[in-house]
Amino acid sequence: MFSRAYKTAVTVPPLAWVAVFLLVPYLLMFCYSFWAVSPAQTIVHAWNFANYEELLQKPVYWQTLLRSMWIAARVMLFSLLLGYPLAYFLSFYAGKRKDLLYQMVIIPLWVSYLVRAYAWKTILGADGVLNTSLQYAHLISHPLDFLLYSPFAVVLTLTHIYTPFAFLPIYAALEHIPRNLVEASHDLGATPAQTFWKVIFPLSIPGVLAGATFAFVLSLGDFLAPLLLGGPSGIMISNIVVSLFGAAYNWPLGAAISLAMLVLVVSLLYFSERLEKKWSFS
Amino acid sequence: MTSSTIPTSAAAPSEQATERPTLLSIRNVAKAFGRNVVLRNISLEIAEGEFLTILGESGSGKTTLLRIIAGFESATSGELWMGAERLGNQPPYRRRVNTVFQHYALFPHLTVEQNVAYGLRVAKRPEAEINQRVAESLDKVKMTAHAKTKPSKISGGQQQRVALARALVNRPRMLLLDEPLSALDANLRRQMQVELKSLQREVGIAFVFVTHDQEEAMVMSDRIALLRSGELEQVATPREIYSRPVTAYVAQFIGHTNLLEGSAQGGVVRCGTLSWPASLPDGPVLFSLRPEHVRLGGAAASGAVRARGRVLHQAFHGATELIRVQCAGGLVLVVRTASGSALQNEVELEFSASDAVLVRESPERI
Repeated sequence: MFSRAYKTAVTVPPLAWVAVFLLVPYLLMFCYSFWAVSPAQTIVHAWNFANYEELLQKPVYWQTLLRSMWIAARVMLFSLLLGYPLAYFLSFYAGKRKDLLYQMVIIPLWVSYLVRAYAWKTILGADGVLNTSLQYAHLISHPLDFLLYSPFAVVLTLTHIYTPFAFLPIYAALEHIPRNLVEASHDLGATPAQTFWKVIFPLSIPGVLAGATFAFVLSLGDFLAPLLLGGPSGIMISNIVVSLFGAAYNWPLGAAISLAMLVLVVSLLYFSERLEKKWSFS
Repeated sequence: MTSSTIPTSAAAPSEQATERPTLLSIRNVAKAFGRNVVLRNISLEIAEGEFLTILGESGSGKTTLLRIIAGFESATSGELWMGAERLGNQPPYRRRVNTVFQHYALFPHLTVEQNVAYGLRVAKRPEAEINQRVAESLDKVKMTAHAKTKPSKISGGQQQRVALARALVNRPRMLLLDEPLSALDANLRRQMQVELKSLQREVGIAFVFVTHDQEEAMVMSDRIALLRSGELEQVATPREIYSRPVTAYVAQFIGHTNLLEGSAQGGVVRCGTLSWPASLPDGPVLFSLRPEHVRLGGAAASGAVRARGRVLHQAFHGATELIRVQCAGGLVLVVRTASGSALQNEVELEFSASDAVLVRESPERI
């Protein structure tokens, strides 16, 4: 149907793009992770497993990785808790306001990430909106210091930023549920609550899984929110990678940590996709 | 048209309604979506164990009427009574009515068995009872072998059966069916018509069946309620509605017919060149004459109306043929004859005046 030249013309550019910008960099990273840094701060192409050993042995690395996963897990949970009811309301009850409300959920995504993170800084800081208001109302005498430069601030900010990412796939899944199934459930005597738990929720599970994966994976790799709002206790694994590739000048160790994260994220994506397939019935 | 002029409405109950107690009574129900009036002044009684078909073209409001009975829509005005209980704004899950949906609406994440058990599970029946009733139900529709299958893995006809079992297992007082056969191919459709009818006799539950297919309505129903643009045109048994249509619309919608327009004067009816005696008040009249009541060739029955005409067209319909004959004065009559009859160009026609049924004009409605 299509000529050979046409097929080549449409397949080669994307393949080349993937090769140049994805495969080659990852291959380089892979090589770096088995190299070393000399005392003179030069990279030595001596193949070894020392970087991976260091990753496992030094508590600072695996503890930070665990803390990052714990932060990402909380962001995921809160994004789902906010995103699901929002998606459910919009899909089933918003009526004519549906499109408007949908746009209102999407519009924050057009605002720069940095602006939104800074906004939280002005809200949560010692002289921030929240603390000054509470003090003005005489509810507290000193500024609450756990608000900013803490894992709390990171979780709050990331939840704010990634809730739309959890919302979108859930909303899409809910929109795809044929409404006559809901009517059939009511017709068979199920109350609205029974209908939700027995029909709507099970059929929205693929969307929930996709939303959860988005929120978790995106927060796990985040480095700006902990940098701006995390303080020393809110450091995440990506901040360590950034410093290893920067000031610390230990590219091999940075590459090893990055690859470990890549393996983690790819396996998560794999399992989430398998689960989504198991729960999809269209 | 007002409800008082409908011969078989609540005002003048049909044979079935007097034989069997009334189950559902629809009183002056109207429905409008915004400015769009979908149903007007519907009054209808449905008897226990009756097979009632709501027949109408698309857009006639038949599905809306069914949805009002099921509780998915509420009537703008009018009342709905089930026995001594007013249904009013009762939600669908409190009504002892179940629906078989047009596209079956089986739950895709549940097996056939779980689909059928759904109504009993949400009603929190004991597990032993659920298992027994589900097994019985699946057996009744011959789907036991597919109990553990997901709905997407079975055919349309089988999904249809599961949808029936899922509704009937709850022992509703009334089963609503929204064009349940429209998605099936012609053969399976005819087979399911027979199965559905015998199933209804067996369970003895009132069926309210919505369709746009007049043949289906004729085959299956105890009574047909013909809806037109949101109003009931006629409610009667299939035989009655076919042989005694009250309006020109009914006569044309159910089967083929000839509409004869004419006038009555001094005890004689004149339609074009045809005329016969009839004791009618003077004025314009409209008659419906079924093609099978017109005979070809002068058998010379006494008192028959006769005409001569030219054959325009002959359409083969299997056992019978429909022949269009143009009579003097431009009047065209459709005649049904046995197949294979050799025809001349010029034919003689006759029919008994008693077979011409006086019908009312059906005014155009929005």
